[in-house]
Amino acid sequence: MKSKKTAYPYLLWMFLFTIVPIGMVIYYAFTDESGNFTFNSFISASDYSQVFLYSLWIALISTFICLVLAYPLGFMISRCDEHKQSMIIMFIMVPMWMNFLLRIYAWVLILQNYGPLDTMLNFFGIDISLIGNSGATILGMVYEFLPFMILPLHTVMSKIDNSLIEAAQDLGASKFYVFKNVIFPLSVPGIISGITMVFVPTASTFLVAQYLGGTQFMIGDVIERVFQSDHHTGSAIALVLMIVILGFLVFMNRFGDEEAVGV
Amino acid sequence: MKRTVCVILCLIMLILPLSLAGCSTSEFEGEINVYNWGEYISNGDDGTLDVIDEFEKKYKIKVNYTNFETNEEMYNILSNSNSSYDVIIPSDYMVSRLREEGMLEKIDFENVPNYKNIMDKFKTSSYDPTGEYSVAYSWGIVALAYNKKMIEEGSVKGFSSLWDEENKGKILMFNNSRDAMAIAMQLCDPPIDPGSSSFTTDDIDEATNKLIEQKPLLKKYVMDQVFTEMESSQAAIAPYYAGDIYTMMLNNEDLTYCLPQEGSNLFVDAMCIPTCCQNKEYAELFINFMCDPIVAKANAEYIGYATPNSEAHDLLDDEIKNCELIYPPDDYVEKCYTFSNIPNDIYVYMQEKFVKACSSSAEVTDIESDDAGSNIIYTIIVCILLAIIIIATITMLTLNIIRAVKNRGRIQKR
Repeated sequence: MKSKKTAYPYLLWMFLFTIVPIGMVIYYAFTDESGNFTFNSFISASDYSQVFLYSLWIALISTFICLVLAYPLGFMISRCDEHKQSMIIMFIMVPMWMNFLLRIYAWVLILQNYGPLDTMLNFFGIDISLIGNSGATILGMVYEFLPFMILPLHTVMSKIDNSLIEAAQDLGASKFYVFKNVIFPLSVPGIISGITMVFVPTASTFLVAQYLGGTQFMIGDVIERVFQSDHHTGSAIALVLMIVILGFLVFMNRFGDEEAVGV
Repeated sequence: MKRTVCVILCLIMLILPLSLAGCSTSEFEGEINVYNWGEYISNGDDGTLDVIDEFEKKYKIKVNYTNFETNEEMYNILSNSNSSYDVIIPSDYMVSRLREEGMLEKIDFENVPNYKNIMDKFKTSSYDPTGEYSVAYSWGIVALAYNKKMIEEGSVKGFSSLWDEENKGKILMFNNSRDAMAIAMQLCDPPIDPGSSSFTTDDIDEATNKLIEQKPLLKKYVMDQVFTEMESSQAAIAPYYAGDIYTMMLNNEDLTYCLPQEGSNLFVDAMCIPTCCQNKEYAELFINFMCDPIVAKANAEYIGYATPNSEAHDLLDDEIKNCELIYPPDDYVEKCYTFSNIPNDIYVYMQEKFVKACSSSAEVTDIESDDAGSNIIYTIIVCILLAIIIIATITMLTLNIIRAVKNRGRIQKR
């Protein structure tokens, strides 16, 4: 009984700052200035579909790169002894102790024209622009959200019992078979929570593209800008984005459930 | 022993704030609330004059100083909240909006003897035709800054250089609808007067097309980032406020400026007394103090923009006084326009169009084919995506419910 009561403050908080705002977003998205029901804001929001798809695309690429980079690393860390593990995890966490905007600023300094990297490449005769394109935006995102992929993968993988792998090897499984039939299925929950934790923020992030990308906006930037003058269209875009992310989460969870059942 | 120390400490803690509070009430005879732009008053850093402190010492009036970031933010606070401000410093078009909506008090110039220091050309203006509601505080123009090493010196004549193919990828543009649209309007054919209060949505559409045309050539839309971009020679050319260009030029020798031949935006920020003011006399005292030559000079030096105060202008260093960038010659000033108050729906439309221009595709080179065709395809893709998601979610939910119902049946059977 007591434990229930202690949860009330947070429930109140959740109601005030999660449920009510979502309700407001939905209300604004379906009304016009005078409060009448309308779909107009969705029609004006459709002008930004291209930016919307571009953002989802960038988010997918960043998530995929994060997964490819983090998976082997997560496995490697989970096979180290405990002392080393906490050491490496700490080094992964260290950059997160600093503010996110400052780190993006640092990337701007590194990548900018006549910056250290550009000067070095010019020295070898490679003259390409490192900043102001989608590549730089993806780099910023991957850098920013890689820890969110590594940590859940590592947590799940460190729970895989070494004896399972050894047993598979004893039964004559090749390295590929061990991976395919033992390690991968057991790490699926980690992959799923990793993808969710990276995809959701990358799809809605803003500022990264403004600093590292060129003139191409992400949907987060558009929402911020539109909200300054027009709450209704802004809410409509935000609502569509929320639905897409929700759908993505439901899909991922479903996928996870089936895999878990299969194992 | 410990206990006595504790008691003594507690007593000291109690007495200290009391005595301090006692001091402060006896020190000040009244207070005023001042609402100004951020970093827009000399504040005593690096040996400058601390204007507010001086005022408090001289008149024994406490100044509650708060900042706003945009004119619109200030307007919302003034019109929606119960807070009272005695002196505000909005920009030209906002002064005229506040004046038209009856939110400003007339200033009694008997109480502002230093008003005589204000240059005659700033005593009346399009935003305050009778000059009864405002006292100009600071002014400047929008000019072009460019890098001599990247663009040949003297080849930049006006805003059309911002649309020049040769500077592709090295151009910066205002990330603010009003300023960006104004520049685009000047370059439309025939030019639209950005200072007019009566431009139509068609005019805005035309300017938007101009901005979309410019987009593939741009490096970025910037506001404050312009300093790092220009000072570290990342970008070649940018329009910005003259006083800030002067600061950039001090930090990078390669930079120089150009007064655009088309004429430019002249902006004035002016001190006003809103109707919610509680002590008009103190407010006038403050305005008078701000018009004092020494104070105005300190402010002008700190802000870096031009001062409308002729006495203060005479006190400035020759180098700044004779700089055409900060104090453009009179015949150039006559070519400039000031923003006037535009209806709110037009303003909202302008902001909306600007966001659309900014988020238009950078890869599209042919503007004609851009709008209709491809966007519909993208919209359809998003719609299909949404439909799939919604259908999938619903089917999954129903499947889950069916499974749950079946399971319950099974459990009950057992």
